[in-house]
Amino acid sequence: MRDKVILSLAALGTLLMVWNFNTIFLHLPDEAQQGAIYRIIFIHVPAAIGAYTFYSVAVLSSVMFLVKKNFKYDSLAVACVEVGQVFTLVNLVTGSIWGRIIWGIWWTWDMRLTTQLICFLLYLGYLLLRPSVTEPTQRATMSAILAIFAFADIPIVVMAIRLKNVRTQHPQPVLETGGLDPSFWPPLLISFIAVLLIGCALVMLRLHQETSRREIDYLRREVHAL
Amino acid sequence: MSGWSAVLAIARKDLRTELRTKESINASASFALVILVLFSFAFDLGRPELLEIAGGLLWLVYSFAGALIVNRSFARELPNDCLDVLIASPAPGWAIFLGKAVSCFLLLMAVELISLPVFGIFYNVHWAGAFFSLLLVIGLATWGITVVGAAFSAVTVNVRLRELMLPVLLYPILIPLLSAAMELTTALVNGEGLGGDNGAGVRLLVGFDVIFTSLAIYLVEFILVV
Amino acid sequence: MLAAAADRVWKYFGDYPALRGATIEVRQGSCVALIGRNGAGKTTLLRILASLSKPSKGEVTLLGLSARSSEARRRIGYLGHGIGVYDDLSAFENLSLFGSLMGVANPTEAAKKALDRVGLSRVRDGLAREFSRGMRQRLAVARAFLHEPDLLLLDEPFTSLDDRAIAVLQQLLADARGRGATIVMSTHQIREAMELASDVALLERGRMVFAGPRTTEMVLDPGWLYRTYGEQQA
Repeated sequence: MRDKVILSLAALGTLLMVWNFNTIFLHLPDEAQQGAIYRIIFIHVPAAIGAYTFYSVAVLSSVMFLVKKNFKYDSLAVACVEVGQVFTLVNLVTGSIWGRIIWGIWWTWDMRLTTQLICFLLYLGYLLLRPSVTEPTQRATMSAILAIFAFADIPIVVMAIRLKNVRTQHPQPVLETGGLDPSFWPPLLISFIAVLLIGCALVMLRLHQETSRREIDYLRREVHAL
Repeated sequence: MSGWSAVLAIARKDLRTELRTKESINASASFALVILVLFSFAFDLGRPELLEIAGGLLWLVYSFAGALIVNRSFARELPNDCLDVLIASPAPGWAIFLGKAVSCFLLLMAVELISLPVFGIFYNVHWAGAFFSLLLVIGLATWGITVVGAAFSAVTVNVRLRELMLPVLLYPILIPLLSAAMELTTALVNGEGLGGDNGAGVRLLVGFDVIFTSLAIYLVEFILVV
Repeated sequence: MLAAAADRVWKYFGDYPALRGATIEVRQGSCVALIGRNGAGKTTLLRILASLSKPSKGEVTLLGLSARSSEARRRIGYLGHGIGVYDDLSAFENLSLFGSLMGVANPTEAAKKALDRVGLSRVRDGLAREFSRGMRQRLAVARAFLHEPDLLLLDEPFTSLDDRAIAVLQQLLADARGRGATIVMSTHQIREAMELASDVALLERGRMVFAGPRTTEMVLDPGWLYRTYGEQQA
């Protein structure tokens, strides 16, 4: 049953994405200033929003774990963080490629890319902490706390970078979403839905893996106790 | 014993043992000095250019020194299981945490105030004119470093490779704080005041301190009693 | 009144239950020998009673109060595997610190008296780091009994004590019982436990398989308990 759900979500998401690419590449005109490369926006932006969605679910799940002490929440949190990291990486790479083509440089410390990079580092710490804590309840509790700290930091990061960029007058963000042609919104939205569907499929896969892993740990301890 | 007297007792205990052994403060101050010298080899700049990065240099030194100090904070409770005795005592979890944060703060401030004149001499930076404003910025940012640092010290106290994990977790969270502190310090040694744009930076420091102090105090019970 | 009560307490480490529905009622003034093999859950149970750890399921009351209440913690003395004193503080500084943390009215006076009781007055200003092992153990015992607790939780207290420390601990335990304190002491040395205990509790793989008064059968034949109530070996 669960496998069917995962498969359907993934399939649906992929189909949507493919259909969307069809629209994007064949039916939308080239943009006036940027040429063909602007189409990267249809991955770049949904990936970022997808990442933030999954980070938010992760922090909510972490809070629920602290309250309810049910390990399902811990598994959901780590699955969402990992999927969020994947999408953040996609966002960073596409942003970098775009910057290279438009500006000739692989990286610009503009506000959006920098914020994404810091998010990536914050949650990288989360993923690095987990294997270091051997005891499962402690691991779940400490991860939850770290997830809360990381999430609380994000708005402050945005503020800090804005302050810094105002002072040092950095180049405009690689992607300017203000003033987008209205015909862009439907593909953007569909892309976002596709990202969500694929993300959910991945999360469910990861959840299943975590549950199995916990069962194995439990059985292993039972055997040792005999 | 009320919570606040426990805070005082624990802070006093930490400071007393530290002053007796001088393990963190010696290591931290020496490290700061070494980094200051190392940076001077990294940069071969004329005075005007150096003033532009003065704040950045100083806070890099301070944050490295700070990581050493906060790392010891909860780790010093591990020998002889003293942490257990503290948690089993009537002292509330937040009081244990605050006591340690306060002692870290005082120790780090001491290292920073020792390094400041050395920095001024090596890099020919005149900070005396803006001393009191600089003290405010240093105080606010140092509290941010120590409060998050002490919280993560508690999180990583039982973790493998604690000395490596703590900086990896700590620095991303501190990025906005350090960014603002660096900007403000550079502004102050260049003769600017704390008004206008810089006021926003000070507000960011205060906001960071308030948010993370509250978060840490609220969550520390979960960290200590698993 | 019960000095301590654990009602169907479960403690999970991940998915593995170290305690499975352990239930115990400790009468005030009794001395309970908590017996069990290594890995049975004795330390886990004691840590939960000492408020160091929260049960995953079940209720714990201490001295009629809820488990984590600071009033309960003020009246409990805990001696775990570690000695719980700071190496870089002197014996006197250690005891004054813990005295004030435990809410003792006059911490410095209490520290002095405690050092006298355990025979460490002469070295009161020596750093704990410089003490011999026996002296450190006596200091640990002094710390646990310093605030005249109503409930003492001791995790294998006699393990690796030297003669002098054993004598000191036995004296302190006798005094504590004299003033009506309750003692819960875990051990896997059944013989010594049987001599001191008024009640016995046997933990086997996280389950409390027996909890009740000590009988002559147990004293005469320490293995009797395991044979009667213990689980069959695989």
